[in-house]
Amino acid sequence: MSEPSIERGLQALRAEIDAPVAAFFSSCVHCGLCAQACPFYLETGDPKYTPVLKLEPLRRVWEREFTLWGRIKAGLGLSPKVTDALLAEWEELLYDSCTMCGRCSLVCPVGNDLQYMIRKAREGMVASGHAPEGLIGAAVRAVQTGSPMGLQWKTLEVQIRHVESSTGLTVPVDVPDVEYLVLLSSMEIINFPEYLEAIARIFDHAGVGWTLSTDCFEATNAGVQIGSKDIAATLVQRIVDAAVKLRVKNVISPECGHAYTAVRWEGPNLIGRPYPFHVYHIIEVLDALRAAGRLRTEGKETDRLSLHDPCNLARKSGVIQEQRNLMDLVAENFVDLEEHGRYQWCCGAGGGVSSNERADALRRAAFKRKKAQIEAVEPERMVTMCATCRTQLEEGLEEFNMDIPVVGLTEMLAEHLVEK
Amino acid sequence: MSDPMAFLLWVKGPMFNWALAIFALGTLARLLEIFLLGRRPNYAEPRGGEWGPGLRTVLTRSVADPGTFQRAPFDVLVGWIWHVGFLIALLLFIPHIELIQALIGLGWPGLPNPVVDAATAVTLVALVATLIHRLRHPVKRHLSTAEDYLIWTVTFLPLITGYLAYHRLIGPYPLALGLHILAAEIFLIVLPFTKLTHIFTAFIARWYNGAIFGRKGVQS
Repeated sequence: MSEPSIERGLQALRAEIDAPVAAFFSSCVHCGLCAQACPFYLETGDPKYTPVLKLEPLRRVWEREFTLWGRIKAGLGLSPKVTDALLAEWEELLYDSCTMCGRCSLVCPVGNDLQYMIRKAREGMVASGHAPEGLIGAAVRAVQTGSPMGLQWKTLEVQIRHVESSTGLTVPVDVPDVEYLVLLSSMEIINFPEYLEAIARIFDHAGVGWTLSTDCFEATNAGVQIGSKDIAATLVQRIVDAAVKLRVKNVISPECGHAYTAVRWEGPNLIGRPYPFHVYHIIEVLDALRAAGRLRTEGKETDRLSLHDPCNLARKSGVIQEQRNLMDLVAENFVDLEEHGRYQWCCGAGGGVSSNERADALRRAAFKRKKAQIEAVEPERMVTMCATCRTQLEEGLEEFNMDIPVVGLTEMLAEHLVEK
Repeated sequence: MSDPMAFLLWVKGPMFNWALAIFALGTLARLLEIFLLGRRPNYAEPRGGEWGPGLRTVLTRSVADPGTFQRAPFDVLVGWIWHVGFLIALLLFIPHIELIQALIGLGWPGLPNPVVDAATAVTLVALVATLIHRLRHPVKRHLSTAEDYLIWTVTFLPLITGYLAYHRLIGPYPLALGLHILAAEIFLIVLPFTKLTHIFTAFIARWYNGAIFGRKGVQS
């Protein structure tokens, strides 16, 4: 890859402008309602975090180069240029103060999909050399080692041995022609090893054929977060190669939000062709097993539980009812947060914000929106299905001395399986 | 053009034709600028359709979700009031309908003049409120550019001049009417080159929004 430069940045922004972007910028009336959907604005009160303003570099390229009137204005020197200094200033706005949660996209009265454009604008930031250090590090590690945290197969192998000894089951590795290739996230392997054990037990219970792949176990995609199609495509291609090599029918994205967006929605477009397999989030697979009567459970959680919908899963992918079906299966005292499903509030850590140390203060500020939602229903525990959300909820609740443990839905389900 | 009658004839004649031509060509250019860009093919397996959800969002996005209404009741209410009032004044005032009928041959029933008059008065007050809100609200003030204030003026002028002409508050009448028509012409001329294009493009934007989310199985 050539060195980043303002010219490459501008070229990347130009390449991202399509009919929806032109329709969106043509329609913005500066009403500012997007700010009312943004945890970063609402919890800091600083109007510079108004979502549509974060798109100013992309908007300027559109106006100056893609509209007749803008070209005339640019010719007369009336339309400001996109400079290196502007992009440097916007780095904080496009990365530190945006999780690409997409809530503004659902609220904008003229219908602007702002999150769609933030994702695009980040391409220009990477190409011009204005991405945060933390994300660059994660992306480099992901390309070089296969994991954004630099985690290697031998670490996972240790986990696999633990799971095998505690369950008495065999964790299938590199088994061809099975139904599902299971992907994981490094954060899950390090912070939440109970996920892999839960999968092993549930799939054994339901008689599902599955495997891990030594070629590729990582589902997350630092390229999608940082905004580099090249890196994103490289990472997706590894998953496709592993799935094709093992001739699996389906690939399962783990309890992670952005991995699902990356593999399910962006992946085929990154590599420029449809997949020869289907992609599901683990929650979709579990709900399908439930609907088919293949999950036999006993007993229910009796404490007051509430649910955090990961943005990438609910608002951005339509997986909303599935987790509620599963909650009903194993919880008798489940209460939804007031604004949930497609209107849920982001935890504040997604979209690369949690990998960007510089954004720590903003990330903690944005969490206050989620905290207020949780306080309103007073659950005894929170349930979620994304390792990044879960870590953010755990850290945030601890910071505010709120004694509310956070559990993953998959592992909670595994605890209620009928013993064979 | 010191003669009010000559002024009126000019704004109703050559100036009107120019304004319509600039509006029509400018809007066409703007729409072409959007649609000719197209979209890249999408290879991801869809979870839902595009057309249905897109069209639904075109309609449903007119109504704010309950949370947004709670957080920004002024924007939602006053925004609705002045848009509806503006449309009543524009499309349901009988002389306007007669003009449109003469131009394109399509007509519809209007509202009694006192009703349109009241709607116009409410709209004027609401528009002044939006201006004060724009000047005072931290987000709006931070977002606002010269264009935002220009567009507020361009939107306010046809209403206020129409209101003054109808009530014979400025005279002579040919001058008052001429100023109103000129204000409407300025609106038409400015429309394709400013955020006033949202009158058309907001429906396109909403469709794309609904289609992008709809394909992923979410009704936006």
